[in-house]
Amino acid sequence: MGYKKCLAAITLAALAGAAGAQEVKIGLVTTLTGPLGALGKHVRDGFELGVAEAGGKLGGLSTEVIVEDDQLRPDVALQAANKLIERNKVQVITGVIFSNVAMAIAKPAIDNEVFFISPNAGPSQLAGKQCSPYFFATAWQNDQPHQAMGEYLQEQGVKKVYLIAPNYTAGKDALRGFKRAYKGAIVGETYAAMNQLDFAAEISKIRAAKPDALYVFLSGGMGINFTKQYAQANLTNEIPMYSAFTIDSITLPAIGDAAVGTYQTNLWNADLPNKANRHFVESFQKKYGYLPSNFAAQSYDTARLLDSALREAGGASNKKAFAAALKKAHFESVRGSFSFNTNNFPIGNFYLLKVVKQADGTVRQVTEKTALVDAKDAYYAECRM
Amino acid sequence: MLLFFEQLLNGVQFGMMLFLMAAGLTLVVGIMNLINLAHGALYMVGAFLAVTFSLLTGSYLLAVGLAVACTALIGLAIEFLVLRPLYSRDHLDQVLCTFGLILFLNELTRFIWGATPLRLDIPAWLDYSVSLAGIDYPGYRLIVILASVAVAIGLYFLIGHTRIGMLIRAGASDRKMIIGLGVNIALLYSLIFALGAGLAALAGILAAPIFTVQVGMGDHILILTLVVIVIGGIGSVRGSFAAAIVVGVIDTLGRVMLPSGFGNVIIYLLMAVILFWRPRGLFPSHA
Amino acid sequence: MPESTSLFRSALFDSLVSAPPEKRYPVEFWLGALFFILLACVPWLASFLGEPFYVRLLMRMMIFSIMALSLNLILGYGGMVSFGHSMFVGVAAYVVGILGYHAYEANALAIGPFQIQGSLNALFTWPIAVAATALVALMLGAVVLRTSGLYFIMITLALAQMLYFLAVSMEDYGGEDGLQVMGTQMLGNLDLSHRTTLYYVVWVCLCGVFLGCRTLVNSRFGLVLKASRQNADRLRAIGLPVFWYKLVAFVISGAIAGLAGVLLVSSQSFVSPADMAWTRSGDLIVMVVIGGMGSLFGPVLGAFFYLAAEYVLGNITEYWQMIMGPLLIVIVLYARTGIVGVFLGAGERKNRI
Repeated sequence: MGYKKCLAAITLAALAGAAGAQEVKIGLVTTLTGPLGALGKHVRDGFELGVAEAGGKLGGLSTEVIVEDDQLRPDVALQAANKLIERNKVQVITGVIFSNVAMAIAKPAIDNEVFFISPNAGPSQLAGKQCSPYFFATAWQNDQPHQAMGEYLQEQGVKKVYLIAPNYTAGKDALRGFKRAYKGAIVGETYAAMNQLDFAAEISKIRAAKPDALYVFLSGGMGINFTKQYAQANLTNEIPMYSAFTIDSITLPAIGDAAVGTYQTNLWNADLPNKANRHFVESFQKKYGYLPSNFAAQSYDTARLLDSALREAGGASNKKAFAAALKKAHFESVRGSFSFNTNNFPIGNFYLLKVVKQADGTVRQVTEKTALVDAKDAYYAECRM
Repeated sequence: MLLFFEQLLNGVQFGMMLFLMAAGLTLVVGIMNLINLAHGALYMVGAFLAVTFSLLTGSYLLAVGLAVACTALIGLAIEFLVLRPLYSRDHLDQVLCTFGLILFLNELTRFIWGATPLRLDIPAWLDYSVSLAGIDYPGYRLIVILASVAVAIGLYFLIGHTRIGMLIRAGASDRKMIIGLGVNIALLYSLIFALGAGLAALAGILAAPIFTVQVGMGDHILILTLVVIVIGGIGSVRGSFAAAIVVGVIDTLGRVMLPSGFGNVIIYLLMAVILFWRPRGLFPSHA
Repeated sequence: MPESTSLFRSALFDSLVSAPPEKRYPVEFWLGALFFILLACVPWLASFLGEPFYVRLLMRMMIFSIMALSLNLILGYGGMVSFGHSMFVGVAAYVVGILGYHAYEANALAIGPFQIQGSLNALFTWPIAVAATALVALMLGAVVLRTSGLYFIMITLALAQMLYFLAVSMEDYGGEDGLQVMGTQMLGNLDLSHRTTLYYVVWVCLCGVFLGCRTLVNSRFGLVLKASRQNADRLRAIGLPVFWYKLVAFVISGAIAGLAGVLLVSSQSFVSPADMAWTRSGDLIVMVVIGGMGSLFGPVLGAFFYLAAEYVLGNITEYWQMIMGPLLIVIVLYARTGIVGVFLGAGERKNRI
């Protein structure tokens, strides 16, 4: 009796194991609730579009995507990641938007040999000293867009710049990234309080300092507030506003006409002419009814990267083969050219965008030019991989 | 020097916006002895309703009126359903229940309007610049100051020179006495709460073109408002007026003049100092 | 004045050595014992079912139970609504995290003229963390306990915010990104990176804290504390220095929260300012109330229930807070005595002013 039970159990286990090799489980940990929940929505929708286009089978393997909300809290994200790794036995974790969440779940993911593919967060620690064969970033290293703008302003010969960013690690890193590339005069550097609502005081300071240009990094609601208040103070034409992570297609409708005439850098825009992107924007709008942001685009790219790597490696069970396939990045990115650097962070272009008012009255970001070609992050040399 | 005066004006204007929020809340907390954390959520609801009404009717003024009225009605509904049993409970129960209301209202708003931030457009006749000593100051902000002052004057007359105001003041001093004198306290409370909700909505609507209309927008302003009413003295509209200006100015000047990092905490330090010196606030209304 | 201080000293001494007033073993006692025994069996059960994740989940619930028990001392028994309780958790967690960071990076921490070597030895770091937290509680309590009512709530909230922003500003220790604890913490011979080992360490701490709170609450000290909640003026009238009782309770409560903090950072291998946010304090208050304020078992049940609800509801819908909000309201309005009160008939009666 016991022998038969044992045999049945072994057979079942073998079958289950075999079946497991034919499917891939992906955990999507992203921010769905709270004031920044819109970003999570874009990330999830972008990824699910990628999976749907592959017929629900990334790399030909039946794909299960398990979505978890991190509430922008590292401890919640950690719990979700542990659950995904231990209970759901995912092979890949993705979806993470914010760096504090990324840093919280990087260790358990890497320790358990689960591939962590970040569609947005690109902390410098993971680009440099703490790089790992299990961590890939498909968007950027956090400093890069700021560096790109710094380089652009340097090239343009802008003499005096005023800087403003939030008073926390990401803000300080951003301005450091900017200053790495920009060598002109910095006539003022202000750090805004977190969750600050009213920037009238900072705007008065900016006006008094008379810079040639203003560089801003203020994300979420802060960016919306600042841009509106800046325009209300009639400074947009006087001191051009350059920014990154501040104005994007999610915040633009909330800012409206106040953003017209401002410049941003981004790794992607909806009007990029490559074939993959035109297909992406069209399918996304058709399926979800709204215009995708760079967050959706980055997440979509992640799904397509996984598709190509899973196909090439025949699954995620052979981790070395899968890691090697991921590194090759044999897929058509919506950004244009895309490849991975030695630290598993992307080498890609950065574009200069401008907000214009269209004939139908809506405001949109249009791509003016390519600001940086095949940009690399500043930390890859510290990575010993 | 000019910059300093400009910053002073900025501070006063920010303070005026805080006053609109604080006036409603200090009445509710002081007279009804109800700690209403959902005040910030009502601020948010007012702003969202204004956006929707503005899109539906195409008229800014109509949208403002409708949104304020609607929020006041929602306030009445909340008061009737959730808050009535809380009047006799202790502050902890009130904090917990109104905190539960915040969770519910935030998620309901996200459910109805979505997670993406929205925009409230102001009509062209409000969107202008005033030239003050050579700099362009946004005219809309001056309007906000005027509106807040108008509300302050209105409340002054309401509380100081009307019968209802008399009941309000009596209720703030000695609630049991006016119940004993036969005043319909339930009706009075409902009116006060509706007034508070309407003021919160008005604050949200006036702030919307300057700040962002998004889920959770009331949470941060709630903390600032609580700081203002505690500094000003709970139950005193005059106190919240003074405290709002003080908080607005100190916060603004502190952010630009002190080293960065203090900007976040200057208000809390201010509150701690004032409570140390005057534990009941600047203008305590109770004996 | 001298008379009341000596009265206090004798009361404190009595309370620390006195036995619970009556020895009785009602149903609650056996249920409680069963609960703790079941908790002890979890690692075995989890490995039998092949679900190691549940060890982690229940360990988190136990750690939050300790936090809730500590808050219950001042909130449930002392009537102090503190929105700053999570700062004690955070201070202790950061002390362990920072010492661990310096041990891993093999450099010394410089505070003024002193050079402190980092350490991953829990026997060394944990007492320091708890002592530091107790000291912070003493300093803050001396200032804060002079206020009451809404003012007390606001002051504790303000302090929590200030410490939160302080943690965010510490760029060397990750700031907003938080601090990872690399390397292995050792508690004597116990390897704390081993999940089951850590689980039992937490279990022992929970049992210890529970029994300690029980002794404290049933002693004369506890009696004074409970009385101070109902009518502090009357106590002062009979000569008891209420302020000192409250302060001692505040410090003990803070120290226990600190213990929870070191366990938290060990279980997460990570600490961030979010662990100290005022919203976390709010969660703890909710746990204590849902479980049943002013009872011993309430906070434990409340913590378990809250975290379980968060886990289960979160899997059902992304709008789970729309359910949690009204649930909280209903519990506070109609089941005020909490789980313990509703199901076991214990705990406090509904509050009436």
